[in-house]
Amino acid sequence: MAENSAEKPLTLAEKVWRDHVVVRGEDKDGQRSPDLLYIDLHLVHEVTSPQAFEGLRLAGRPVRRPDLTIATEDHNTPTLEIDKPIADPVSRKQVDTLRTNAQQFGIRLHSLGDANQGIVHVVGPQLGLTQPGMTVVCGDSHTSTHGAFGSLAMGIGTSEVEHVLATQTLPLNPFKTMAITVNGTLRPGVSSKDIILAVIAKIGTGGGQGYVLEYRGSAIEQLSMEARMTICNMSIEAGARAGMVAPDETTFEYVKGRPHAPQGEDWEAAVQYWRSLRTDEGAEFDVEVVIDADELDPFVTWGTNPGQGVSLNDSVPDPTQFHDPVDRESAERALQYMDLDPGTPMKDIRVDTVFLGSCTNARLEDLRKAAEIIEGRQKDPEVRMIVVPGSARVRLDAEAEGLDQVFKDFGAEWRFAGCSMCLGMNPDQLAPGERCASTSNRNFEGRQGKGGRTHLVSPVVAAATAIRGTLSAPSDVGAGLGGGDGPLPSGPRADAQQPGGQGQGTPLASGPRAVAADFAP
Amino acid sequence: MEPITTHTGIGVPLKQSNVDTDQIIPAVFLKRITKTGFDDALFHAWRKKPEFVLNQEPFNQGTVLVAGPDFGTGSSREHAVWALKDYGFKVVISSRFADIFYGNSAKQGLLAAKVAQPDVELIWKELERQPGTEITVDLESCTVRCGSVDATFEIDNYTRWRLMEGLDDISLTLRQEEHISTYEATRPGFKPTTLPAKV
Repeated sequence: MAENSAEKPLTLAEKVWRDHVVVRGEDKDGQRSPDLLYIDLHLVHEVTSPQAFEGLRLAGRPVRRPDLTIATEDHNTPTLEIDKPIADPVSRKQVDTLRTNAQQFGIRLHSLGDANQGIVHVVGPQLGLTQPGMTVVCGDSHTSTHGAFGSLAMGIGTSEVEHVLATQTLPLNPFKTMAITVNGTLRPGVSSKDIILAVIAKIGTGGGQGYVLEYRGSAIEQLSMEARMTICNMSIEAGARAGMVAPDETTFEYVKGRPHAPQGEDWEAAVQYWRSLRTDEGAEFDVEVVIDADELDPFVTWGTNPGQGVSLNDSVPDPTQFHDPVDRESAERALQYMDLDPGTPMKDIRVDTVFLGSCTNARLEDLRKAAEIIEGRQKDPEVRMIVVPGSARVRLDAEAEGLDQVFKDFGAEWRFAGCSMCLGMNPDQLAPGERCASTSNRNFEGRQGKGGRTHLVSPVVAAATAIRGTLSAPSDVGAGLGGGDGPLPSGPRADAQQPGGQGQGTPLASGPRAVAADFAP
Repeated sequence: MEPITTHTGIGVPLKQSNVDTDQIIPAVFLKRITKTGFDDALFHAWRKKPEFVLNQEPFNQGTVLVAGPDFGTGSSREHAVWALKDYGFKVVISSRFADIFYGNSAKQGLLAAKVAQPDVELIWKELERQPGTEITVDLESCTVRCGSVDATFEIDNYTRWRLMEGLDDISLTLRQEEHISTYEATRPGFKPTTLPAKV
């Protein structure tokens, strides 16, 4: 952690990188070989790890640091009847394989039914294992989520999973840096999801390739940790392996008191170091992008990659208006798959399903914001709504404050935690041709089920859409002042910042909650 | 890993941008616990359409895939690389690769060759004009030859060296064991550990 005062000013990403170099790469023929970086935290799940453990076994290698490794079951797990054996034998075998591997290699595992089971990117922060200035990896591209703490966090492939298990290091080529400055203040009904969808629409799905993104500016500083996680989560959809936000008081408050947060003198030492993790005055980014938060509307995708998005007030674009032939061809193909006509107002598009879930938007705050919109209203009877909390803990905390009842009263299905319909590995899938407003992160062809059609939205847009049956903003259902991630009209925002989250956030309603029959699962 | 220096095989034009990993291999195939046997899963949805390029002779015998920009976007699943290899592909050509896919390819000995988009389009034309045309990719000279088209490709020296030597990353890193231990000894005490478990 050497002081850097006499040297060239550094960006946040460069500082975290510098502090993890085990062996610097060598210059050869004008090109540098990769740096070997130390990895502080390795998150493991059942899908991308079996072949890595098998590799270790074949080579007779142990896991170097089981104490820096943690596993959970999420991608393949059911969200109904979790007390029964997993019905699909292939899924069950994969989950069983993780259990065996964890036991054999001495790795901590949170299994289905455990209060700390859940989507790996929800579990890490929740336990306080994700902290500022760390290097975090996982065999999952949405590992970028943990960058919200000012960590360098990235998805890796299975060979790299094996490499980290064996050596606790990873050879990496230095990245370029991109500043994404979001100035201003979000308007009511606009969420951090809309910021990141707007960023991806602006720079494209390949715009971030080779870069680490740093989100900064007044709009980012005003966001809660959970809202920041949503933004960093989708950095990969812009092509960037990692996205970061400099840690600040909001970050420290969030980490403090969590099970694995430093305590006592360690806490003081940690905070002192964390405060140094800011991009230096005069540090240069390779690219800078500026977005005005005041101008943003709720965003929604119309196509089959996350860059194909527009304001919810716009219409389906006309492919013939795209100048780039590659973009035009891609738009034509997307509209055909999505069964949409150019010029159709986005708000006229009817959906069959609303999915509130995923590592992008299934934390407690997301559930609260959606519940705030739907409470006391009725779901469109034709629409199926599935709510899948990001972790078992989120589910318990939501239940403690009665959110489950709000969703059930509304007619939504209240499920157990996991990745679920975000990628349709478990039985939660769209039917062919089914259209879904989804708070997840990818609208790829067939992602949520073969032939399924996905529109990516924020939790409050998902909620409003479930009420009207067509893609809708919170303001369309009369939620003019609430919703979104901007500041509340009066006073400081209450937030999901409390460790263990026992209902410390925005009260959903005054007065006692109506008790209704428990008709959802 | 088998070393590669040069490869010659039938080129397959895949004239699409943003070929994401869900298209290369859908998530339902990720339930397996082996590294092989994914050839049937490759481009699973598209292969159901008769007009898809891999359903046509002689492209179904291809070993060099020539795709549009931003190939391999999306998830980190290395299964995408395993599926391409299992099918028989040795080389993928595109003007831009997603970072994670690119890294995964190098680790599995699949050559991801970055060729400028105008050259990619010339290769597409050549392959359509004369289906079955072979493409030769040479790692020594970083060149691609397809009929009358000669192009160069970009690859970093380190990846190129590892591909040509067929080197395994883990054994390379384990040569640095002493440095890793030295680094570990200097890590600050406030860094979290997962064990003993606290909940």
